Amino acid sequence: MTSPVPEEGTGRDAGVPSDTAAVPAVRLSGITKRFPGVVANADVHLSVRAGEVHALCGENGAGKSTLMKILYGMQQPDEGTIEVEGRAVVFRSPADAIDAGVGMVHQHFMLADNLTVLENVLLGAEKLHGIGRRARAKVAELARRAGLTVDLSLLVEELGVADRQRVEILKVLYRGARIVILDEPTAVLVPQEVDELFATLREMRADGYTFLFISHKLDEVRAIADSVTVIRRGTTVGTADPRTVTSRQLAEMMVGSELPSPETRVSSVTDVEVLRVEGLTLRSEGSERPLLDSIDLTVRAGEIVGIAGVEGNGQVELVEAVMGMRRAHAGTVRLSGVDLTTKGTMARREAGIGYVPEDRTRHGLLLDEPLWSNRILGFQSRRPVSSGAWLSIEGARSDTARIVEQFDVRTPGIDVAAGALSGGNQQKLIVGRELSGDPVLLIASHPTRGVDVGAQAGIWEHIKTARAQGLAVLLVSADLDELIGLSDTIRVIYGGRLVADADPRSVTPEELGAAMTGAADVGSGRGAADQSTPGTDDGEAGQSTRGGDR
Amino acid sequence: MGSIRAKLLPPALAIAFAVLLCAVTLLFSGSSPLEALGAMVGSLGRGTTAVDVVNTATSYYIVALAAALGFQMNLLNIGIEGQYRLAACVAAIVGGAVTLPFGLGVVVTMLAAAATGAAWVGIAALLKVYRGVSEVISTIMLNALSFGVIAYLISSDMFGELRGNNIGTPYLPESNRVPGFSFGSSGTVFGMVLVAAALGVGYWVLMNRTRFGFELRASGKSPTAAAAGGVNAKKMILVTLLISGAVAGLAGLPELLGRDHTFSLNFPAGYGFTGLAVALLGRNNPVGIAFGALLWAFLDKSRLALDNVGVPSEIVTIMQGSIVLSVVVAYELVRRVELRAEQRRVGGQNPPGSGEPRPVSAGGAV
Repeated sequence: MTSPVPEEGTGRDAGVPSDTAAVPAVRLSGITKRFPGVVANADVHLSVRAGEVHALCGENGAGKSTLMKILYGMQQPDEGTIEVEGRAVVFRSPADAIDAGVGMVHQHFMLADNLTVLENVLLGAEKLHGIGRRARAKVAELARRAGLTVDLSLLVEELGVADRQRVEILKVLYRGARIVILDEPTAVLVPQEVDELFATLREMRADGYTFLFISHKLDEVRAIADSVTVIRRGTTVGTADPRTVTSRQLAEMMVGSELPSPETRVSSVTDVEVLRVEGLTLRSEGSERPLLDSIDLTVRAGEIVGIAGVEGNGQVELVEAVMGMRRAHAGTVRLSGVDLTTKGTMARREAGIGYVPEDRTRHGLLLDEPLWSNRILGFQSRRPVSSGAWLSIEGARSDTARIVEQFDVRTPGIDVAAGALSGGNQQKLIVGRELSGDPVLLIASHPTRGVDVGAQAGIWEHIKTARAQGLAVLLVSADLDELIGLSDTIRVIYGGRLVADADPRSVTPEELGAAMTGAADVGSGRGAADQSTPGTDDGEAGQSTRGGDR
Repeated sequence: MGSIRAKLLPPALAIAFAVLLCAVTLLFSGSSPLEALGAMVGSLGRGTTAVDVVNTATSYYIVALAAALGFQMNLLNIGIEGQYRLAACVAAIVGGAVTLPFGLGVVVTMLAAAATGAAWVGIAALLKVYRGVSEVISTIMLNALSFGVIAYLISSDMFGELRGNNIGTPYLPESNRVPGFSFGSSGTVFGMVLVAAALGVGYWVLMNRTRFGFELRASGKSPTAAAAGGVNAKKMILVTLLISGAVAGLAGLPELLGRDHTFSLNFPAGYGFTGLAVALLGRNNPVGIAFGALLWAFLDKSRLALDNVGVPSEIVTIMQGSIVLSVVVAYELVRRVELRAEQRRVGGQNPPGSGEPRPVSAGGAV
């Protein structure tokens, strides 16, 4: 469809008052930043006009923070250029960025509690106006602009969160910033304080300041921003006008609406129950608040059950409770009729559960161990990598070679440390490992998060193949395309409860998104069945969002 | 993992740095570094020094294995000091009381030592598993406690007997002693050297060839990945600490069974802390630990020679300290360089473009 590069200007032609011919305050072109194993930013384009509040939206891990660190000089891009007010700049450190008039207010405040407001502002910037009366007058003037009304000689420890944030903004202004990056500024504020902050931002915008506002709270973005750029999987997917775009459309841009080849779907669902979870309840430590509330869930052989939900609604707990990594307070977990409720993780794995964890570097791999050693992890009691108490190094090595071959893990050899592989290849290794030993159930948590497109397609293919051979799959994903494209059944989790079912053949990302917020009951989703097929959903979603741009 | 270079380079760098530092220190204090080094090396050929080095290294090796077991899963068993001394004391009491044929007495004595070491650390292990008490704190406290328990056990009211101005357990019967390998006037190497070597081999096999060793290393490298891989963290902590304590319990036996034959007030102390340093120096590797133990024992024994040539023997302490500090730094440096080299190697393997991110087809979202 359209290119990932937002057409400069199209997003702001309508409705935005200022002149489009002006030199943008900030312009990032083709920014790419790679870390070992992951590409944090890929070909990012961002253009911020002078005197606007520009919001940068994206899911956690989409690459917003990396991008802002690059703009603030904390990290250097591998490729691409930064222009500030029309001049190409290279920032080697935050000091360079400050010199160019770019300042950043971090999400976590960096203030000395035992110093006064004035001292905090002057600390490290004594060269500008000294520390005497001149400096004080300057700070007082800027404090008015930043909406900070407290006495400058007050200790910071006596200030509330909202005032501390203003002190942070003040620090940035004092150092001469005209372009201010605000990293999730509302995360720490109560709604009333958010309104006050927004009022201040509007006033300062009128004074000519430019703001880059990082957030994933869409309502706030729509309330304050003049334009919105959405970042997904490390790259900018487009720019929208917040006055015309809906939160739902923004959300869709954030999670994507590209369906993984759904047309090839042939149902392989059987009526053989593999996983049966009944009444699973988990309470957080020291409180009665349930993290999981009476979850009933069945996964049949050959079926992929997708769990949709906004992160933090119990997905992690559900997976870990089924894996035995957390002990449930009530309920039963049965696998092919065998009660596993009281069993540990190893026993559950031995019973035939494979597990692709959400965070491969923390839960999936031993990063400094070679690939063949990672093959043993989770299988240390089973052939071919072990015979009871003794490891079989030969078996582990040859089976690792098989996985590398079969799952196309790009590596110079199996003696390479797992940490040296790219994210996609690490993930292919994990999927290959978890699909070995003939599992009957695969629990896949965000199986393609942070992997490149080639690896993603490969992983999907392997999961589909295994499903066709009768594997039951419990799929948790934040990527609605992935969920809709792969699942046979979708269950929506909200607040630790399964609140709705959806039919992936008919449900649209919008409907699913609404159900995920707990606002609407998508029901079975069959009401929408006659409306469209997934293929056309894609197009429609695109149309509506595009409409929102104009 | 990594090449031989990655394994040998850090300790070599660390020792070179420490030697350099000591040479500079000696120059400042007006002594000749070369003379000092000559005296240290020369002492090996005189009297029983060489044999003493091996004998001391035997104990260091065993305590270091005990420390390494804990290190492998990020457990700091600081209590090795208390474990080996209490274990030696109990072993001396048991060994002094039983007489069995065919060397079975020795076996019983060793089992008593291992059981005591395990039991003593077991207190810390249970506290950690069931109450979350840091093993660092609890084992240090157990060290202090062990002094009192030992003093009580060897008092003449209990098992000890007064000999001159010393007090100790009764001498072991001949059958419960371990004979050594005599080198005539150069001294006698403890027979326990063989037991230490066997422990080293056992340690390697346990770590690299058994499921338990794999789970132990996995727990140390990533507790989260180990948990997801079905490793029972509590069980691992408990068993690892018990094994570490049992091994530590054997560390006092070379002296007890080979030379002293009694646990008295002047039974050697301080091995436990040396063991932590040696394990660090040997990077938890059984061969590396053997070299570390020999080096440490050599440095300790060369103090006397330095005194003879008028060089302050404290230089040895400086050297030991700087070796430990610089070896930690050197390992980390080499590890980073190696990882980067490996990533480059892996990166070179992939055809261009394969590592690129997915070209986001915007799906009409623009």
